[in-house]
Amino acid sequence: MTTAKTKPESDVVVEVRGLTVRYGSNTVLKHVDMTVHQGEIRVILGGSGSGKTTLFKGILGLTDVAAGHVAILGQKTQNLPEKQRDRLMQRIGVLFQNGALFGSLTVGENVALPLREHRRLPEGAIAELVRMKLAQVDLGHAENLYPSELSGGMRKRAGLARALALDPEILFCDEPSAGLDPLTSADLDRLILTLRDRLKMTVVIVTHELASIKAVADSLLMIGGGKVIAEGPMAKVRAQGIAAVDEFFARKARTVARQDTSVAELFGLKPAKGGA
Amino acid sequence: MTLTESPQSTAHARALVLAGVLDARGAPELAKRVRKRLPPKKSKLVLDLSAVTAIDSAGTATLVDVWRLGHARGFAVELAGVQPDVLKSLQEFRVTVTVPPPAALPGFFESLGATAWGAVNAVGGFLVLAADTTVGAVQSLFTPGRMRWAAYFRESSVMGSQALGIVGLITFLIGLTLAFQSAYQLRQFGAAIYVASLTAISMVREMGPLITAILVAGRSGSSITSEVATMKVGEEIDAMQVMGIPFVDYVAVPKMLAMVTMMPLLTIIADLLGILGGWIVGMVYLDIAPKPYLQKTIDALVTKDLVTGLFKSFVFAWGIALIGLYHGIGVRGGAQEVGKATTASVVSAIFFIIVADSIFSIIFYVVMA
Repeated sequence: MTTAKTKPESDVVVEVRGLTVRYGSNTVLKHVDMTVHQGEIRVILGGSGSGKTTLFKGILGLTDVAAGHVAILGQKTQNLPEKQRDRLMQRIGVLFQNGALFGSLTVGENVALPLREHRRLPEGAIAELVRMKLAQVDLGHAENLYPSELSGGMRKRAGLARALALDPEILFCDEPSAGLDPLTSADLDRLILTLRDRLKMTVVIVTHELASIKAVADSLLMIGGGKVIAEGPMAKVRAQGIAAVDEFFARKARTVARQDTSVAELFGLKPAKGGA
Repeated sequence: MTLTESPQSTAHARALVLAGVLDARGAPELAKRVRKRLPPKKSKLVLDLSAVTAIDSAGTATLVDVWRLGHARGFAVELAGVQPDVLKSLQEFRVTVTVPPPAALPGFFESLGATAWGAVNAVGGFLVLAADTTVGAVQSLFTPGRMRWAAYFRESSVMGSQALGIVGLITFLIGLTLAFQSAYQLRQFGAAIYVASLTAISMVREMGPLITAILVAGRSGSSITSEVATMKVGEEIDAMQVMGIPFVDYVAVPKMLAMVTMMPLLTIIADLLGILGGWIVGMVYLDIAPKPYLQKTIDALVTKDLVTGLFKSFVFAWGIALIGLYHGIGVRGGAQEVGKATTASVVSAIFFIIVADSIFSIIFYVVMA
């Protein structure tokens, strides 16, 4: 929405074409296309088992892809030489579902790790940067704690601080609000909005959390049964009147179209008066 | 629940009157009654529910079961006099009318092929990991700047010095037992002094490396697997991949190097303590003077024994580390898989140690004799 007026192709930061993923004989993703523009907050949504996490992993190259390709910031990620791939990966940040912090390192060391690995900075600057990133996610007090000493929400925020360590151009989040209470979840949403507005970051979020979708999403990609059901700006998708989308927003997400009937219907009974 | 045959039952339309609560306790009776005297084809079975006050999921499922039976045998099932509360339950529970047939089981050749293909993939994956880790370990020896020394020293401390107690105690007891058992036989021939040679040779050639390796497999091999598997389950390995931090350099190489350097050292300690155990038996039980016993021990050992023993322990260490890493990184799914992987890792590591030991015995003492 923020970038609707700009040139069509040049501002595409994530492009997925015909992505197909199979686990054994089970096709989890079928020819998925997705286009994410610079500066938008894209929400990938779907019920459990819809393939949204697989899409997330497919984009990041964490799962074997049977067909199709992914381009991030204009570079196709498959068969990219290791050096180039590393350089590309440094331009993105990833927040995994439970933070994926390294258990043997403190929170501060976790955030410092990408800086130490990829940037030649003096120790003092690293320490300063770590504190800045932790303050950004309200974790200034937790620098010397180990991940096992943190609550779920703190772990997630620490993971976010680590994902932001290298000032990425795109931030990927897997279920950022899963397992969080509504207040913490809303804080996280606000933080994501700030990142987009102040730092012009593009954000791709996988979630099924309705409140958080309504709060942050510019555009949606709804996925169900491994296929794209709808894609586009939030308002446009909602206006299309697609049954699955409407059901989802009516808090009735289902991964497959229902094929069952109620027992009452089975016996040909009429619904009770005033009933559903 | 009570169940009675309605007086209005005819041959063509049989009616059953149910009363009370149709739940898990009453439902079997209904199913049994219908099955015992199946209504004929094209007839009607009417279940009068007007006196049924409540129904639970088990009761509903039983009604569906009767309906399916009718569907299969060609008689219709009707419900009559359904009360509002019962109707609500019937509306709440949902069923799929067409149950998909179970997937066909793979045939003999298909499953044979799948097993073989799985095995080929597993061996392939293992070889790739083995090559990456071994090459990484050798490289990091020549480019010390790349090596994570802090991780190496931490791992070495856990695998090496912290294992000293248990390895030392067990091998000491093994040496002691070995000396006791052989003394019992050798004394009959007045050859008690040869307990020294026997203990020394069997400790240095076999028992030292073997027992140490088995203990280390149970202690450190398992912890490599559980640590790596936990990282895998917690998406830490995925995180490393997207952060451009190579798993092999960061995790695998320090563990592998710590293992292959600590194991020979532990083996030396094990050899010494085993010999010490035998020495104590010699002095206390066989009344052999300390000095002749030690002299006999030194005479019995040749350099080859020590070198082959240490070489074996080096290879065992390499195998234990790789097997541990391989089982850890192969974990899929949740936390319960970590335990399974750890067990599998220890079993295959011990299997590897014993098979490799037999092969080495043949090579060193038959082929190269």
